[in-house]
Parts: sequence; C-alpha cells; structure tokens
Amino acid sequence: MIAEIGLAVLWMAAALAVLQLFAGFSALRPGGKALAGVVRPLAVMQGVLVAISFLALIDLFLETDLSVKLVAANSHSMKPFIFKLAGTWGNHEGSMLLWITIMAVSGGVVALVEKRLREDTLIATLAGQAFVSLGFYAFLLLSSNPFERLPEPAPEGQGLNPLLQDIGLAFHPPTLYVGYVGLSVAFSFAIGALITRDVGPAFARAMRPWVLGAWIFLTVGITAGSYWAYYTLGWGGWWFWDPVENASLMPWLAATALLHSCSVLASRNALRAWTVMLGVIAFSMSMVGTFLVRSGILTSVHAFAVDPERGSFILALLAIYIGGALALFGIRASTVTEGERFSLFSREASLVFNNVMLCGILGIVLLGTLYPLMTEAFGAKVSVGPPYFNPVSAIFAIPMMLMMGVGPLLRWRKDKPSRITATVAIPALVVALVLLAVVLMFPSIRILPMLGIAVGAGLAVGSWLPLRGRNLRRTPFAVWGMVVAHCGLGVALLGAASESAFSTERLAAMNVGDTQSVGPIALKLEKIEPVAGPNWTAIEATVTASYKGGTPVTLHPQARTFTSPPGERTESALHTRWTGQLYAVLGNEGDDGRWQMRFWWKPFVPLLWLGGLLVAFGGLLALIGRVAQDVKRVRVNDKIAFRKTQQDMLK
Amino acid sequence: MTGEAPKRSGLAIWLPLAVFGAFFALVIWGLYRPADREVASAFIGKPLPQFNLPAATEDRPGLSTAEMKAGKPRLLNVFASWCVPCAVEAPQLEALRQQGVEIDGVAIRDRSEDLNRFLATYGNPFARIGKDDLSEVQLGIGSSGVPETFVIDGKGVIRHQHIGEIRPEDVPMILEKLKEAQS
Repeated sequence: MIAEIGLAVLWMAAALAVLQLFAGFSALRPGGKALAGVVRPLAVMQGVLVAISFLALIDLFLETDLSVKLVAANSHSMKPFIFKLAGTWGNHEGSMLLWITIMAVSGGVVALVEKRLREDTLIATLAGQAFVSLGFYAFLLLSSNPFERLPEPAPEGQGLNPLLQDIGLAFHPPTLYVGYVGLSVAFSFAIGALITRDVGPAFARAMRPWVLGAWIFLTVGITAGSYWAYYTLGWGGWWFWDPVENASLMPWLAATALLHSCSVLASRNALRAWTVMLGVIAFSMSMVGTFLVRSGILTSVHAFAVDPERGSFILALLAIYIGGALALFGIRASTVTEGERFSLFSREASLVFNNVMLCGILGIVLLGTLYPLMTEAFGAKVSVGPPYFNPVSAIFAIPMMLMMGVGPLLRWRKDKPSRITATVAIPALVVALVLLAVVLMFPSIRILPMLGIAVGAGLAVGSWLPLRGRNLRRTPFAVWGMVVAHCGLGVALLGAASESAFSTERLAAMNVGDTQSVGPIALKLEKIEPVAGPNWTAIEATVTASYKGGTPVTLHPQARTFTSPPGERTESALHTRWTGQLYAVLGNEGDDGRWQMRFWWKPFVPLLWLGGLLVAFGGLLALIGRVAQDVKRVRVNDKIAFRKTQQDMLK
Repeated sequence: MTGEAPKRSGLAIWLPLAVFGAFFALVIWGLYRPADREVASAFIGKPLPQFNLPAATEDRPGLSTAEMKAGKPRLLNVFASWCVPCAVEAPQLEALRQQGVEIDGVAIRDRSEDLNRFLATYGNPFARIGKDDLSEVQLGIGSSGVPETFVIDGKGVIRHQHIGEIRPEDVPMILEKLKEAQS
C-alpha cells in the first residue's frame, strides 16, 4: 500500500510540475496575469508531495518490504537500522528520487520565502525549476520507478555492498546530492533572469544564499568522501582523480566561481553576463557529473554489458537543459548590459582573476576526465591520473591561492598598490621563509609539495589580514566567513602537501608479540582474534602504538567478512595526533603463520580534512550573515510598507 | 556606466554552447559505439620472441621460433587439456586444418597423459606441440588465457590475436587474417 501511495503521489507531483510550467509560462505572456497567483502555491504543493513520496520509500526500506523490487535488490532484513535507512538512497532509483525531492522541496522554499526579486523573474524562475524537474520526473517514472513491485515477494533481500555499509558513506552521497541539486535553484534563477532580462543585484542577492548553501554541502560532501576513501579503501590515499571524484569536484569549482561572482554582482552590479553563465554552468556540471557516473560511459572498458538506455535518457536531458540554457544565454547575453566598470587593480579584478583560474581548473579536470574517451575515438586507449592532474591543476591553483592573499585586501572599483604593500608583505614573507626552511631541511622534496607547503602556510596566515584595522565585534559575518574559508583552504593545502611529501610506510610480516616502527611511532602486535558484528565477522588485530616512547594507545585494524551479500573489506585503524595520523591495516595470514601488517605515519594529514571543514564552516558563517541581513531587510521593508498603508488610511 | 554599455562580441558568448556541443558529440559516440571487447594486443606487428619448447606429446615434435618463420602464414594456438573452451574450438581448428592451414600448439601447464587423452577425444590438428609448463611463451607473446589463437606470418611476426575459443562464425575471419598475413 505504501509503495502505491508513494508512486501515486509522485505522479501527482509530476502533474503539478506540468501545471507549474504552463501557468508560469502563460503568466509571463501579455494578458496572462491571472495565472501568476497560482505558480507559487503549485511549487509549494509539488515540494510537499514529493517529500511524501520520498518518506514512503524510506518507510519501505525501514520495514524491509521485500515485495518491492528495489528493496529486495538493495536491502536485507538483518541490516542495522542506519544502513536500512541509507539503503534508500544507496541505489540508482532511490538516489534519483532523492534528487527530485531536493529539487522540488527547494523550489517550494523559493516560492515561499523569496520576496526581493521582481515577481515576473520569480515566476520565470519557478517555471524553469518545473521544466528541469519534469525531465527528472520522466526519467524516474518512465525508466527508474523506485516503487515497482515484484510479482512474488522475495524471501530475503540481496543486501547492500559491504563497501557502502559504512557510516561515512551512509550520509556522504545525500550531502553531495543536496549540493548538486541545490545548484539547480541557481540554474533556474539564471534562466528566469535571462528570460525577463532582469540580471542585476536583486537577482544576485536572491541567488546567493542558494549557491552558498549548495556550496557548503558540496564542500562537506567532498571532504567526507575523501576521508571515507582514505580510511575504507585501505591503502592510505585520499584523492584519486577518478571520474566519480571529478564529478563532485567540477560542480564545486563552478559553484565556488559562481559564489564569488555573485558577490560582485550583488554589491557592485558588475560581471552580469559572467554570473549568469556560471549559474548555468554550475548545475550543468552537476548533471554532466551525474551522467558520466551513471551511464557507465567512462568505465565501459571494464564493463562488458553497459545498457545504454539510462545513459541515453540522461544524455537527452543534458541536451535539452544544458544545450537549451546555453543557447538562451547566447541569445540573451548580448542584451545583458555590461554593468559597472572597474579598474585593473581592484577587488573586482582580483575576483575575475580567481574566477578565470577556477574555470581553468574546471576545464582541465573536465578535459582529463574525458580524455580517455577522446583518445579512444582516435583509436588509442589511455588512462589519465595524478601525473596529469596534479601539476596541471597546480598551474592554475597556485597563482589563484597567491591572489587570495591579495584580493580581499583590495577596495572595490579602484585601489592603489601602495595602500596594501605593507600588509601583503606579511604573507609574502611567510611564503618565502617557509619555502626557504623546507628547501634547507628537506633538500630532496619534490617541487609540488614544496610549493604546496609554502603557499598553504602563506594563505593560512594571510587570510586573516582583511580583519586588520576592523572592529572585530562589528565585522559582518560574511567577512568572517570569507576569512575562515580562505584560511581553511590554506590549512587543507598544508595537510595535503605534507601528506604527499613526508608520509612513511612500513609493510611487515609480524607474529604476535613482534615489534615494528614507522616514523616516530613504535608498534607492537599484541594479539589476533576473531570478532563478530551484526552482519559480519572479522579477524581483529590488537596493536599498541607509542609516539616517541610515550603512553601506548591501542588500535584494532580488522579484516571483515560480510555475510549478506558476501564480501570482504579491510577496516583500517587510525590514531590521530595533532602532528599526524597513524594508519594501520591488517592483511592476510602468510603461509608461515605471520600476519601482513601495513602501517603509515602521515604527518599533519588531519589538517586536510580539518581545512575542508573550516572551508565549509566559513561558508556557513557567510550564509548565516547573509540570511540574517536579508531577514532584517525584509522586516524593515515590511515595516515601511505597513507605515505607508497606515498613513494612507489616515488620509 | 549603465544602459549604454558596449555590446559584447558575439563569438565568446557562444563558446560555452560550442564546448557543450563538442562534449555532446563525444559522449554520443561513446554511448553508442559498438561494445569494444577486443583489446588490440601491443604484440601485433612484433616478431615472436625467441623460444624453444620441448615436445608435449610423443607423436608431435616440439616448437621453436625458427620453425615459425617457414615463409608461410600459420596459426599458433595456445591451449590446454584442462580448458573446456579449448575442447569447444577443436572442430573449428580441425576444419581450418582441412582447408590447408598449418597449426602449431602450445600446451599450457599440462601433463602428457591428460594431453594424449584430450587429443584422442577431440582430434589433433597440430603439426607441432610445444610444452609450456611455466607459461613463459604464453606470456611472451601477450596471451593472458586459454584458448588464444595467433596468426603468424611467414617471417614469424604476430599479425593477429584471437582471444577466446574460435567459434564456427569466426573461421572465415581467421582465414581472412591468414590471407592478409600472406601479403
């Protein structure tokens, strides 16, 4: 029954989206004002219905209703509660329903709260949102119905891939999804503004909180995903430049650029066409990423039977939405006037520079991701990995991060270099000193980690300088947010560079009682014993580790064997200190009864994720500041309007 | 500076759409290309490595590189008695032999009594059979499994690699490759 309700409600929501599109469209035509009033309520209703549908699917998974095909294929009655819940979106159909849910709910919220934008632009935005949603409704209902019943209920579910049965991964995909799909709101705003030719500060202010919110989720999602890969995959790496990771990085890069150009448009009324274009591109990157991951197009060398149906469907959606939006941009952008001018030495110019650098990185990541497909079109099979991505992205990233030390100090419109030279000298000095120290202390260090450490340190320090001379209590949240986020990026870069330069590894075959050492850590294998969890059994090692002869701590790396579905996974054990992280992996038992153990000492690697979280926290601060500001502004406007009506009545 | 600002040049504005168009064309091709299961071996066009394998059975001589340069294209079949698809392709090899194709075999990790039983049951189309107990020759010619069949031209150069069993519908293609190797 629940499944039928879920499906029926989903169809109704799709019908409302059709209405929303046509009502919005006709309201924009001359003489169509009558329909203008229904667009907002339609958007809200649509959001509510889809949310009900999603809750229905969650319920089916929690109950493990094995008469539903999706549940039988992806869940298991013995699974812990949290993974039953996560099973809802840990598959193609469920994740598409999550996608459409986020889209419809955020559309509903826009309809409820957005008051600053011109009404016709808002209606065009909501119509655009409905138009984009419709494609995904069609995809879901016609080719990926999550509520499909089995002719006979299955006796037991097939379970969830053991790799995915991890608390990090239970919440990492939906976090990214909120980010991906949150960008659809920016996309719709851009479409709306292009249709009504209303590209201005009000549009940027309306769009900004959505971009910020989506960007925060993307940042957290990428950080969490990288940490998950680091501790689950069991070989100590944290970023592999594989297509799935690139698919999450590309929207983040575009959203970062959009966020900054949005600020320029909101406060200075400049960069109009550029902001609109980035609004289109950011969500386009979400869709392209989803397509690349879902269609199997990039892994098809390994997969023998790829069913192109799903891929074709998403590709058709890409053609309609991205192609359509970029064509609309091409037609309308020439009528979008240029906006305010600014000098070459100004805050705007530095933001343009960083935008171009971000787009550069975006371009090379996209190129690198598609390159294997491109060469294959010419008959050669290649794979592209870190040797391409690391140095080529650094070409753009390092100037960008240097500019991040300068840009925030500049004034809008026009500034004099002499005003900031003394301030910029501080981070410049940090960069130079760190560079010198690193080269002297570690003469054999490779160039990228060396630059990374110096630039990261410089940015972590220099990012605080915009607060100089400000009254810290009265500094707006948005400025604090910028400072924290920029600092976070510097910190993350420090962690990444240090990990890549200074990690040490020890691979050893150990008997119980043997000792080893890695970096500054002394290790002892105390015992090996079997343990059992809810749906797995494991061999668990007990290892004591002591840092420079200090109090020993105990680690428990495991090799887990899952029962439903059968599978194996290493469960690495981590010991985190301020100065770094110990990473321990238990391997197989050798013929001679000794156990293969693998240890890494990774100096300062926690900074990487700490930095990522700082970036997201900075975004959160900025979002709180912006929203509070908006609420205040709306209140003031309401008060003025209220006074005015009172006065009119008195007259 | 408001309203009257200069218009942008038209071309730059269409650039994103052009990039998307290129992307679209590429992935359309990628999505609908025929499923490409053939991995073109890096050994194609390379001469056979030097080897000299002892005889695997009593009634056929062993196999060395020199004999593979007889001036006439021939097939080199990598097989084993323990390999079920090798039994499946035996009739096709026999058919090829009857059409005058010379076939040499490399028996991978096999025992002579098993091999004799296999050849007695499924036929023996081979002119020579070399015994490759450590898969040295197999790996040396870029074969990763059994059965695989290589077309070797008259000068001992690898011209084609067929991975998996030769099915009846593959026979004309193999003959075609042999003819190409002749020229």
